[in-house]
Amino acid sequence: MTQVNHFIEIYGLKKTYQSGDTNVDAIKQMDFFIDDEEFIAIMGQSGSGKSTLLSIMGALNHPTQGKVLVDSLDLYSLTTEQRADFRSEYIGFIFQSFQLIPYLTVLENVKLPMAVTGQKKKTKNQMALEVLARVGLGAKAHRLPDQLSGGEQERVAIARAIVNKPPIILADEPTGNLDSKTAEEIMMLLQSLNKDGHTIVVVTHNPGVKAYATRTIRVQDGECHA
Amino acid sequence: MKLHNISFGNIKRRKGKMLFLVLGLVIGISTVVTLLSITQTMTWNIEQRLNQFGANIVMVPKSENLSLNYGGIDVGGVSYNVREFDQEKLANIRTIKNSKNLSIIAPKVLGPVKVKDKNVLLMGVVFEEELALKTWWHKTGGVFPKMENEVMLGFQAATLFGFKTGDTINLLGKSFKVTTILKPTGGSEDDAIIASLGASQRLLGKEGKLSMVEISAFCQGCPISEMTLQIAEKFPNAKVTAMKQAVMSKMQSIDMFKSFSLGVSIIVILIGSLLVLVTMMGSVNERTREIGIFRAIGFRRGHVMQIILLEALLLGIIGGILGFGIGNLIAYGIIPLVIKDGVFAGINMNLGVISILMAVALSLLASLYPAFKASNMDPSEALRAL
Repeated sequence: MTQVNHFIEIYGLKKTYQSGDTNVDAIKQMDFFIDDEEFIAIMGQSGSGKSTLLSIMGALNHPTQGKVLVDSLDLYSLTTEQRADFRSEYIGFIFQSFQLIPYLTVLENVKLPMAVTGQKKKTKNQMALEVLARVGLGAKAHRLPDQLSGGEQERVAIARAIVNKPPIILADEPTGNLDSKTAEEIMMLLQSLNKDGHTIVVVTHNPGVKAYATRTIRVQDGECHA
Repeated sequence: MKLHNISFGNIKRRKGKMLFLVLGLVIGISTVVTLLSITQTMTWNIEQRLNQFGANIVMVPKSENLSLNYGGIDVGGVSYNVREFDQEKLANIRTIKNSKNLSIIAPKVLGPVKVKDKNVLLMGVVFEEELALKTWWHKTGGVFPKMENEVMLGFQAATLFGFKTGDTINLLGKSFKVTTILKPTGGSEDDAIIASLGASQRLLGKEGKLSMVEISAFCQGCPISEMTLQIAEKFPNAKVTAMKQAVMSKMQSIDMFKSFSLGVSIIVILIGSLLVLVTMMGSVNERTREIGIFRAIGFRRGHVMQIILLEALLLGIIGGILGFGIGNLIAYGIIPLVIKDGVFAGINMNLGVISILMAVALSLLASLYPAFKASNMDPSEALRAL
């Protein structure tokens, strides 16, 4: 039954949260695959379980049942520290509302994922400046996040997600806090990253995102419909 | 980018919060430093005063008879052989283990002389040593004798014979100039004629002999009784006695203050660490989101702990330095107020090193639990707190 030719494979996924005495099923039953270099839009209403799905795919949240295989690695059979290493190597997260570290400069925020990798200081600086130039923020490297606009902060968040060149980028509502013009620019940036070879998974309730994706997965009441 | 850049960045850009964190350490360390400085000055001060109390070790020749004298009252009239020891052997006293703690050594020769047909006690002393030891000896006029042919008289002796400063006194056929009369002291010297050691030895026919030696030894925690034994070993023919009562009682009061200081220090340090613990806990809770991000982008639990403990280490160093500086400043200001004639003993660099180490240890200890808690935070829970 198990196939190994997909980049991301999800089998029999179930996630139940305990809320007081009652159990809430955030994810009831999900099985799907994502191939290398796909751009997936996971669409659904809020509370449909899509953010939970993203955190499980990102090795952040232990599922109640089921398996998540990435590059044939069974994520939840790894130890906590191995999953941290996996995230460092495979995943670039773009969080809802940017989540930059307020006391670090733009450049330092971008270099953050490299604080636990072994590159030389010079290489790190070069890589960070390169991705900042890629997202169009080369000139603002030494500013603090609160000196930037929302769109610029989102770009910093994207730069931080791609600086380690992870094969997978997981984005949670990347356009949620942006005006439509900025949102479009961000989606085009993600599209170009996809063309460069990153597998991209975007969780959103914005139907406009669909246009940039190669495939859409709909999530409703904890179940998915491809 | 390294983990320490994150710690530095946090400290640099959240100065207000960090200052509050350092405050706990500063209060603890500065209190300890102030109390220690006060205790040190107190000990030094009492030491100085004790030196003025006179001899605390007395060395007399061993005698086979018991003394029939109590509090200056002789009840026996029994004459016994007064033995002496050799003056040249006295130099040996400087070879004892604790010789550096010997401050004044005052040798004496004693014997009777006749003045106007009455027996008077003649004390031969080394004036310089004797006057340094007997700080309560005050002259009525004139000057203290310096030369071999000069003497001073005890108050009673002078009154009895009607001598005044400037008179000449005849002792066993030799003339001596009375350079001063001592004010009454209540001691044996009131009844004595005090001359130089050499002249007295010749007059009494005891050249090169000593009747007794008074020794003043004091220093912080000096082992007086041990020194007594060391001296006794060098002089088998001498009876060496420590007069330690005064020293003991004074040292006891310092010891009591030391215990009190220690108690206060422990309490203040506990409160300080509690403040650090609470502030660190608050800081960690406040940074839940941040820690979630760190974990999400691939930081291991150990990395998160490193960031927080590194901050604690830096704050410990800052707190230690500030606490030591402020403690010294307070001590400098407060010592003249709480200790009569107290002078700040100066900055003790060893204490500085200990202060910094202590602040670092406290800061790390108080941050251990918050750091552990932070590193064990479930990243998905932390991110849900967004």
